[in-house]
Amino acid sequence: MTKKRSRLIAEGSDWTLESIAQYDTEIGRLARQFGLDCYRHQLEVITAEQMMDAYAAIGMPVYYHHWSFGKHFLETENRYKRGQMGLAYEIVINSDPCIAYLMEENTLTMQALVIAHAAYGHNSFFKGNHMFKQWTSADAIVDYLVFARNYIAECEERHGLDAVEQLIDACHALSNLGVDRYKRSPPLSLEKEKSRQREREAYLQAQVNDLWRTLPRHDAPFAEAEERRFPEEPEENLLYFVEKNAPLLEPWQREIVRIMRKIGQYFYPQRQTQVMNEGWACFWHYTLLNTLYDEGRVNDGFMLEFLQSHTNVVYQPPYSSKWYSGINPYALGFAMWQDIRRICERPDDEDREWFPDIAGSNWRETFEFAMRNFKDESFIAQYLSPRLMREFRLFSVLDDDSQAKLKVDAIHNEQGYRALRRNLAEQYNLGSSDPNIQVWNVDLRGDRSLTLRHFAHQRRPLSSASLVVLEHLATLWGFTVRLEHQQANGEWALLAERKSDRRKQGGR
Amino acid sequence: MTVRIVDRRQDSRNKSSINRSRFIRRFKGQIRKAVADAITKRGIRDLENGEKIGIPGKDISEPQFHHGKGGVRESVHPGNDRFQQGDQMDRPPAGGQGQGSGQASPDGEGIDDFVFTLTRDEFLDIFFDELALPNLIKRQLARIDEYKRVRAGYTQSGVPTNINLVRTMRGAAGRRVAIGGPYAARLRGLLAELEQVLDEMPVDEAEVERLQREIACLRARAEAIPFIDPFDLRYSNRIRIPEPSTQAVMFCLMDVSGSMDEAKKQMAKRFFMLLYLFLNRNYEHIEVVFIRHHTAAEEVDEDGFFHSRETGGTIVSSALKLMQQIITERYASSTWNIYGAQASDGDNWNDDSPLCREILAESILPMVQYFAYIEITDGEAQNLWQEYEQLAVTHAGVFALQRIGAASDIYPVFRELFRKRLA
Repeated sequence: MTKKRSRLIAEGSDWTLESIAQYDTEIGRLARQFGLDCYRHQLEVITAEQMMDAYAAIGMPVYYHHWSFGKHFLETENRYKRGQMGLAYEIVINSDPCIAYLMEENTLTMQALVIAHAAYGHNSFFKGNHMFKQWTSADAIVDYLVFARNYIAECEERHGLDAVEQLIDACHALSNLGVDRYKRSPPLSLEKEKSRQREREAYLQAQVNDLWRTLPRHDAPFAEAEERRFPEEPEENLLYFVEKNAPLLEPWQREIVRIMRKIGQYFYPQRQTQVMNEGWACFWHYTLLNTLYDEGRVNDGFMLEFLQSHTNVVYQPPYSSKWYSGINPYALGFAMWQDIRRICERPDDEDREWFPDIAGSNWRETFEFAMRNFKDESFIAQYLSPRLMREFRLFSVLDDDSQAKLKVDAIHNEQGYRALRRNLAEQYNLGSSDPNIQVWNVDLRGDRSLTLRHFAHQRRPLSSASLVVLEHLATLWGFTVRLEHQQANGEWALLAERKSDRRKQGGR
Repeated sequence: MTVRIVDRRQDSRNKSSINRSRFIRRFKGQIRKAVADAITKRGIRDLENGEKIGIPGKDISEPQFHHGKGGVRESVHPGNDRFQQGDQMDRPPAGGQGQGSGQASPDGEGIDDFVFTLTRDEFLDIFFDELALPNLIKRQLARIDEYKRVRAGYTQSGVPTNINLVRTMRGAAGRRVAIGGPYAARLRGLLAELEQVLDEMPVDEAEVERLQREIACLRARAEAIPFIDPFDLRYSNRIRIPEPSTQAVMFCLMDVSGSMDEAKKQMAKRFFMLLYLFLNRNYEHIEVVFIRHHTAAEEVDEDGFFHSRETGGTIVSSALKLMQQIITERYASSTWNIYGAQASDGDNWNDDSPLCREILAESILPMVQYFAYIEITDGEAQNLWQEYEQLAVTHAGVFALQRIGAASDIYPVFRELFRKRLA
């Protein structure tokens, strides 16, 4: 109606499906101009309640059922109803087509923000970043989740809620150590999964049976196995090891362990690219919507509302604030991408010294390269500039439990930049924040006990919850599980042990 | 290329309800305990609401392998306003400095109670569970009041089936008259004029034609007034009002002598609650009278009823007399449905028990719908029980009694009552 008189896309704060579609068209046009490569996407309008449902299921459109999701739902609901938190404006799913949720309560401006942020920002990141390319199959994930939910529901029916629940509890407990870090997982699809599942069941069971067979093999020399450990190389993916080798699991249990492992693997890249990914999305919603404004397609009211939300999202409270809870990945990520663009377009002498290869380069090409080839840890190590460290007034604190006091070992000055950058990057290294626990040995000939070793990093001990996790592992393994750690003198000592022998309980 | 937008707002809302019920199922033990605590705090009339309950956070934590405190850590923070390289400081008090990642208490220590709200249905479910109610009864007690739809005038909007033709047509006729009136008046004037012109000789042909054209034009206009307009539509309006029902009064009688300890009172409370819940389903208006007694009886409010403790002997008849007196004074039995519930540990002054039976049999039972007695005790039956047992025979269907060890024994007291009313 107003199109003839003004170039505004739409006016007012109430949205309609048409106005959303118009915004999407315009934002999409700009995104293509900037050369963003995205999956096709689909926008879904949902209510606040549905948003809370989605929260509970980690944002996935279909998910298996488990009490822990109910717990998260209650938590969210409670806090939302008491007004302690707003709901996230958006949830976006790394699938092809990429699904972005728009919440009914949002104003038209917010919907435009979400479209730019999720449907173009995150979407292009999912498609381009090597972590996602390597570990997730966007075209298959929804199918796989459907398969997983149905399979688990079927198991619940056949084997009882309690048995399945116990199994999933145990898998959840091990999930952060149930990911492959270095191998590529083959793509999953519903068709293949289904057809191969039966085959796999039989094969796996045969393997396991072979491993545990009690009849001595004729060709095996008697003393040969004594010195050999099993597995020969330590295995760091605990769930994988359980799935392939646990002696007493039934085929359906193995399949569920596998499902949990696959899903954990799917989320693994997200844990490693939070700063980059959120920063990337923030950068693009900021850039796209500002470009719309420059073209005169949105008015001042739109921009004021948008900027208010935007600044809320990218606010970084200082360490002394009562709102402080660590570095805000949105803030750091957004600032870094903005800064990289600045280095490309308006470098100063410091930038030329620190970033000789990108200072003055084409910013879109630099962006593409950075977005595709890094994860948080390496991204920060590569691109965090001294200027940004000064702006954030970063400082690094050394907490050594053998010293009485904390020590500030680097601040935002010439001597501190490199140490600061290294420390911050290390903070995002999952390899050192998750404990390094590996399967060391299985007593094949004896009591079938499983021994794990904790390789301590910087003398950091395990938390007390580890004992409970060990219990979960013992239920999966079916026999005694031990956890060893290295003492100060370099020798390995038993840290904890959980005895379990399912055979005696007459389970089968 | 236009984007695909899917409106999911009409899709199922409670995707998480399964997960929610799984959660409740999983922690039934803890939740039941929390509900029991909640019941102690609640009034017996207050059963229509959900309940906010808390269960210990450590019970429901999801453990994972994480690092605990200790070792060497390096953490980077923003907003430096005072530090120089090499500065040293004391460790902040425990739990102060988040380790960068902002993950809440990774080792599961120091987590507060997990607080959430049970819905009314979930709350009642757990309440009933403890009382071992049969399913049919559970369903019927938990049912929301029934409403009756009654006529309430007319509205301008509604569904086609509710169109009220008479009202609609009346409105339409009125509108046609109101809008068409001026045309009709002018038409009458023109017709009269035309007649006059025709009567005159010689006939002025031009004038006749003009008049006839104007008349035709007016007629067309009058005809263009719609016979019926959306504006005229009237719909019969129906509203829901609660089923009219009669009123009831519930007498709670309890022995508060020294031997009734807190646990016994809580048991008695559930007994009263269940009766209240039953009455609440069947009567629109319920009054509750609390009478406590030891050697003398007095009428008190709910708080004084459950939370005071007296010592001394027990004379049950004092309470029954008071009940009888209150009935005659305030609740003439023709307009009130009267229910009585008595809880005691069975102690009574030996000579008093026959008197109790007498009062009940002669003056109270004829006036009440139902009288239930529970004896919360593990000991031998005493003379009050023996006297009351005779009543159960002579007044079957009105009088029920039960000895109670656990909450699940309460329901049988009401079995007759529920069968009669609900089944």
